[in-house]
Amino acid sequence: MADTVTMGRTMSPRNLLLARRGGKKLHWTDILTYAFLGAGFLIMFLPVLWVVVSSLKTPANLSEFPPTLMPSTAQTSVVEGFKAPLPLFEVTTKDGTTKTLAQIRRVGLNAQMIDPANPEAGKIVVKVADAKPLRKFHLAFENYSELLSSTGGSDIWRYVYNSLFITVIATVITLVMNSMAAFALSKYRFRGSNTALVAILATLMIPATVVLVPVYLIVSELGLVGNLWGVILPTVATPTGVFLLRQYMLTIPDELIEAARMDHASEWRIFWRIILPLSSPALAVVAIFSILSRWNDFLLPLIVLNHRESFTLQLALASYQNENGVQYDQLLAMTTLTALPLAFAFIFLQRYITSGIASTGIK
Amino acid sequence: MSVATRLAAVPGLLLSAPARLIELPMAGLQKLLGIRRMPWVFLTPNLLAVLLFALLPVLINVFYSFTGSDRLYPQDRSFVGFDNYATLLDCGNYLDPATCSRDLFWRALHNSMIFVPVQVTTMILVALITALCLNRDIRGRGFFRAVFFFPVMLSPVVVALTWQWLLQRNGAINAILDFFSLPTFNWMVFPQSAFPWAVFVTIWAHMGFYTIILLAGLQSIPRDVYEAAKMDSASPWRAFTRITLPMLRPVLLVVFVLCVIRSVQTFDELYVLTGGGPGSATMLMVQYIYEIGFAAQPRNFGLAAAASLLLGIVLLIFTALQLGLSRNSRDG
Repeated sequence: MADTVTMGRTMSPRNLLLARRGGKKLHWTDILTYAFLGAGFLIMFLPVLWVVVSSLKTPANLSEFPPTLMPSTAQTSVVEGFKAPLPLFEVTTKDGTTKTLAQIRRVGLNAQMIDPANPEAGKIVVKVADAKPLRKFHLAFENYSELLSSTGGSDIWRYVYNSLFITVIATVITLVMNSMAAFALSKYRFRGSNTALVAILATLMIPATVVLVPVYLIVSELGLVGNLWGVILPTVATPTGVFLLRQYMLTIPDELIEAARMDHASEWRIFWRIILPLSSPALAVVAIFSILSRWNDFLLPLIVLNHRESFTLQLALASYQNENGVQYDQLLAMTTLTALPLAFAFIFLQRYITSGIASTGIK
Repeated sequence: MSVATRLAAVPGLLLSAPARLIELPMAGLQKLLGIRRMPWVFLTPNLLAVLLFALLPVLINVFYSFTGSDRLYPQDRSFVGFDNYATLLDCGNYLDPATCSRDLFWRALHNSMIFVPVQVTTMILVALITALCLNRDIRGRGFFRAVFFFPVMLSPVVVALTWQWLLQRNGAINAILDFFSLPTFNWMVFPQSAFPWAVFVTIWAHMGFYTIILLAGLQSIPRDVYEAAKMDSASPWRAFTRITLPMLRPVLLVVFVLCVIRSVQTFDELYVLTGGGPGSATMLMVQYIYEIGFAAQPRNFGLAAAASLLLGIVLLIFTALQLGLSRNSRDG
């Protein structure tokens, strides 16, 4: 497995279409390739970058159109005699010079301003058209701190806990159950082993979307509607996990097991102490895919988890806008936070994930 | 040891204490049953889960599709024969959903029949071009591969919210149009614009997945075949149509079938992005099943089961095709 896993090495074969190494000129196909990949980079990456940038904007900044490229906020200044800080404007006076003034209030097309450097001079009336707001670069980390603080009214830690609980428990159960089945199907010869293998693999043909109603019935018969276990149990018997692990265990020599039996090790001990540790590369691939699919799962939680306390992060995120109006500052911060763990996972495990997909065609 | 292998060891460590507790009863069980029955002990948990949450549900689904009433528990449901199917298929004119008794079903079917072919062909085309580009000897290949792949890791909800943010009235897409003095649109309000964006967003999210499979296929084509073609001074286009495409055919077929199976089941992204709207313009089959069985009151489990069984038959045909194809490509 570890060998098939490294498909993305830089030593891959180069074909005829490639530019000659060390060639001075770029072939026209190279230019086309770079143009395509460059455009792809913009389309794939900029939307996500834009969400992250937007999540650091203040609500006032978010409602602007056209939007500012960088998160920014109005510059303000505390002027004697006024309690609240006043927003600063750059005003073009009649003689063509520019001055920085603080706005007290706006009346129709005119604004009452005051010179912050010289407040004694009194109020100055300025046409709104002549005044440009002064802005400064400002990262609104308060979007995040508000979201994460318990006083913000959002139960985000509850959702994080629910998501983590489902992901971790379901993955551990999947790994143990799938490897037990894989062990039986790879290291024993017994009647019915083929039937069992076919029965497990046949579930590949039953997509979750097709058995939505009966799975809901079984979950509710078990009394698990609204319970995190109602999301965990229906997904633990992943056929792909059994398949991957079985294929890997077939490559472990049987002599190891024979030797252990000579030493009177029990079958469980052989499985737990010999086969499982040796299967860790395959277990890693199964674990990664299990974690990914559980963390991102939506449809099953949507039908099983029917009250807010049991919501996963994904459900909370999807229902966020309906209940709070459109509070984009919090929503964008939450979106970024939900995607963050996967971004980290991606950076460290990219090779495993892509090779897992390439070798099995399963996500 | 790589990072992933080390990570996989963590659950193992956490489990070592309870594992010791299991060891004794398992050894006892082995004494009781004998070593020949042990494989069944190992198989039982997985088989039970498969039975309970995959095989049994198929049977229950058939039962549901033949019974009526809005009650969930089987004992409360009455047998109605083919009524559910008849209701779904009852239509004055099959080309006009408005004449059908379940017009939403036909609209969803109609949408799916446009969505799936358009999405699948565009997706495979773009993924193939991307894979061809990534297979070349260019600078920053690993970087570009990561760029095209990373949306696959994002959750459907995050994908949907990202594009909702870009496509809203004051969003970035309209800002770009505005910058070039082009008219701006309220994209998600009109069916003519919401549907193409729905196709685009799902392609954006899943393209990387198929690119990776196709790239692996391209890299498995032996290099000397191209060298030989080079000797014969074949043009790049000729090399592509005569060598790359034929040798990539098995992989392309598998990608095609996988893509169709996934495309038919599209739900999460569109549910959050458009909610099936405006009206029912982007509602596909799975969302119809969800709406009729779970969201609408009273819940019509019978109709939902009948619709999912019909969907299941379509998927079964494609899955069987996939299994056959992958066996062929492995043997050949």
